[in-house]
Amino acid sequence: MDNNKKKQQQEAPAELTSGLVAGAFVILFASILVSLLFGPVSIRPDRIFLEVLSRFPGISIDSGLSTIQEAIVWDVRLPRIVLGLIVGGLLAVAGASYQGVFRNPLADPYLLGVAAGAGLGATIAIVSGATNGEGIFDALPIAAFLGSAIAVAITLAVGGAVGRSTSTASLLLAGVAVASLFTAIQTYIQQRESATLRQVYSWILGRLSTSGWDEVIMILPYAAISLIVMFSMKGALDVLAVGEEEALSLGIRPRRVRWIVIGAASLAAASAVAVSGLIAFVGIIVPHAVRLVVGASNRLVVPLSFFIGASFLILTDLLARTLQSPAELPIGVVTAFFGAPFFLFVLRRRSDGII
Amino acid sequence: MRPIQSKIAIVAVLIVGLLQFSACSSSEVTESQSSSTKPLASQAAESENSLIPEATPEVDNNIVPELEPVLPVTITDAVGNTITINSVERIIPLDGSVAEVVFALNLGANVVATDRSATWPPEASELPQIGYQRSLLAEPIAGFTPTVLIGTEIAGPEKTLDDLRRLGYPVVIVPSEATMQGPAQKIRAVAEALGVPNRGEELATQMEKTIISNTQVFEDDKRPVVAALYIRGTGTQLVLGRNSATHWLINAAGGKNVADILDIDQYKTITAESLLRAEPDILLVPSAGLDSVGGIDGLLEVGGISQTPAGINRAVLAYDDQLLLGNGPRTGDLLKQLAADFRNLVSQTTNN
Repeated sequence: MDNNKKKQQQEAPAELTSGLVAGAFVILFASILVSLLFGPVSIRPDRIFLEVLSRFPGISIDSGLSTIQEAIVWDVRLPRIVLGLIVGGLLAVAGASYQGVFRNPLADPYLLGVAAGAGLGATIAIVSGATNGEGIFDALPIAAFLGSAIAVAITLAVGGAVGRSTSTASLLLAGVAVASLFTAIQTYIQQRESATLRQVYSWILGRLSTSGWDEVIMILPYAAISLIVMFSMKGALDVLAVGEEEALSLGIRPRRVRWIVIGAASLAAASAVAVSGLIAFVGIIVPHAVRLVVGASNRLVVPLSFFIGASFLILTDLLARTLQSPAELPIGVVTAFFGAPFFLFVLRRRSDGII
Repeated sequence: MRPIQSKIAIVAVLIVGLLQFSACSSSEVTESQSSSTKPLASQAAESENSLIPEATPEVDNNIVPELEPVLPVTITDAVGNTITINSVERIIPLDGSVAEVVFALNLGANVVATDRSATWPPEASELPQIGYQRSLLAEPIAGFTPTVLIGTEIAGPEKTLDDLRRLGYPVVIVPSEATMQGPAQKIRAVAEALGVPNRGEELATQMEKTIISNTQVFEDDKRPVVAALYIRGTGTQLVLGRNSATHWLINAAGGKNVADILDIDQYKTITAESLLRAEPDILLVPSAGLDSVGGIDGLLEVGGISQTPAGINRAVLAYDDQLLLGNGPRTGDLLKQLAADFRNLVSQTTNN
């Protein structure tokens, strides 16, 4: 897949074996299937299973589902599952990449102002009433995307200019400052327009809301570009992890690698946030969970994070839309509910010197 | 100093309309659930006189309420969609006031589920739930296999409505304007969508008469200043503004809305200071909100309120949330009660 056999820094053989890939696919498909089978409307899971089978070429079975039930499975449940797959995968890979590039296990995809920027953009869109657009022309995701892009751009411009090439601390600090500023502006607007509080708040909590395939189509190009870039940089991240000089001796320019990865991860996070709001913890806990199983090599962590992040979000979304049926829990609440305890556990392991 | 006024703790939690609904729906609804819509015919004739007892008994002879819904019907709804409704056998109102209208149109037996805001009539609140109208999910709603869904413009999110339309369910959005004409307009729109325009016309006309006959004007110096507060616990106090359901009601009952003094359009979190400046004589609150702070005594502990004229006189009017804010079919009776309450308070303050 890639030519990174020059030198191994990790003691473990950091190769994506076919066994690992197969395992990741099995977990992902199992999550998709479970999410298709269960939902707020009780449709007999065995019939849905037959219905899924009948869609494979060469198999013709009558699932016994009514037209409406078929539509619920394929037009309501599936788009949402696919969106969860993309968003979960993006957040987890972005998190893994950020953690690699900053060499900081606590880095998450919303670092550098993505969340605050998206929040401000979304708030402006909601307040100005521009959220009634149709499908892919809906102003809210566009505004959220622009907001986070602007916030990250300011962070990079300021942090990058101040810091020397070897320092990421100034970048992180710039991110904190930009996030505070954007959040302050957002809160100010929100207080002035208290009528929109509810909408802003429900957006902030995150929700995989789909209307057919519009959202999936909207996010797909950004997801593809950012994922390809991040996947192709995973080997370079490993080299970077050893040290700048080693990297230079191997012909890798650390500064450039960092900028490319930060750019791609920010694009991934911004596009995920744009369609689904702020979904907490996926970007932190998934890469760490993967590390606990396969070790710290980014060659493994980055691609496997995609599968596990996707599966995690698909399954948490299943809980979000069924636990309180007919109401829907904000998915950010569910991910945080499972994510926060796990994160504390990881922290504890880390303080024991395991990670 | 003012012993009489301090005793005037007027909490008029309205149960207006209880009569009319117990007369026209509670008993019949249970009967007609088994036998579909057939008994409706007799009820329609029966209930028309009991609906608004105070209205002039001369019923417009040109309007003959439908015995059965006339279907299919094709309408253009409030957001410009053209929708054909083939059956009203399984209705889901997405909003509490719409549910109230459906029941008032004698089609309550056909309602299969309601949203959380449907608190009146009691039968509506006992039906299976679809969640809250602002955060609907397509799948649970589709599970009820409705034949028609009716909501107001706050129904959403839009994506859910799109999903429902794509699944083939007619989604009708009716106007819900917070104006004197709003409630009647809503009734007519719902009735049209359900194939019973004449039943709606009758109901709407009667309500319009009640509204007009209960509109009152005070002399300028007696005109009470009214603050409509939306309260949820001691942390949330919003003053409802000019676009709220309460604004025209306050004006029609002869009051002056603090929203005009404080220049509030939607609603606003308010500081104790600006509430004091507006000097409200009357506080108008949804009763659930008043309960959430522990009644009048709790409300008076909220910053600034106890020093206002309304707080000093304990002039607090509480009405059921859906009645006060819903702009539903009971609005005529609400205005009648509100006007009477305002008159009482004004005469009490001028007597002292």
